[in-house]
Amino acid sequence: MQLARVVGDIVVTRKDENLTGIKLMVLQPIAADGSNVGRTLVAVDAVGAGVGETVFFVRGKEASFPFHPTEVPTDAGIVGIVDHWDLES
Amino acid sequence: MILARIVGTVVATRKDPRLVSSKLLIARPMDPHGKSEGNYLVAVDTVDAGVGETVLIVSGSSARMASGMKDCPIDAAIVGIVDTVEVAAGD
Repeated sequence: MQLARVVGDIVVTRKDENLTGIKLMVLQPIAADGSNVGRTLVAVDAVGAGVGETVFFVRGKEASFPFHPTEVPTDAGIVGIVDHWDLES
Repeated sequence: MILARIVGTVVATRKDPRLVSSKLLIARPMDPHGKSEGNYLVAVDTVDAGVGETVLIVSGSSARMASGMKDCPIDAAIVGIVDTVEVAAGD
């Protein structure tokens, strides 16, 4: 799983029927110091995250597991909202 | 999943039998602001997308979860046509 910041949302009217009713968010992966790393991506939201929040997300087929038994066609999904994190320096 | 713009089509006569009647499109990944990035890719279309449209592409084994793509030899599928992308100020 990876840390990311929610930077936006997407409206998609015409989509796979198994994506109906699922929120799609734009994520910017971040490093432990909060700086941006890598490219932005789109993830399904299983926890009700909002723009500006720090979240952690899972990549791969596992991203659809929160919606089981519906087979949601996604390769990235938000599975938790981060309250805070600490690093041993 | 990634955002991408459809830039072309692919015609393939000889292909895996499970790909018969699938529409193949060429997509160029882009960031939420519309700037192109990364390499072109070929994706199976499941939502009737067309050239010039912004779409949502699912990659990897998850692509097989797209409608009608079960057990097909694919690693990228178009699963949505994007209406709008809204990005927070500063990002």
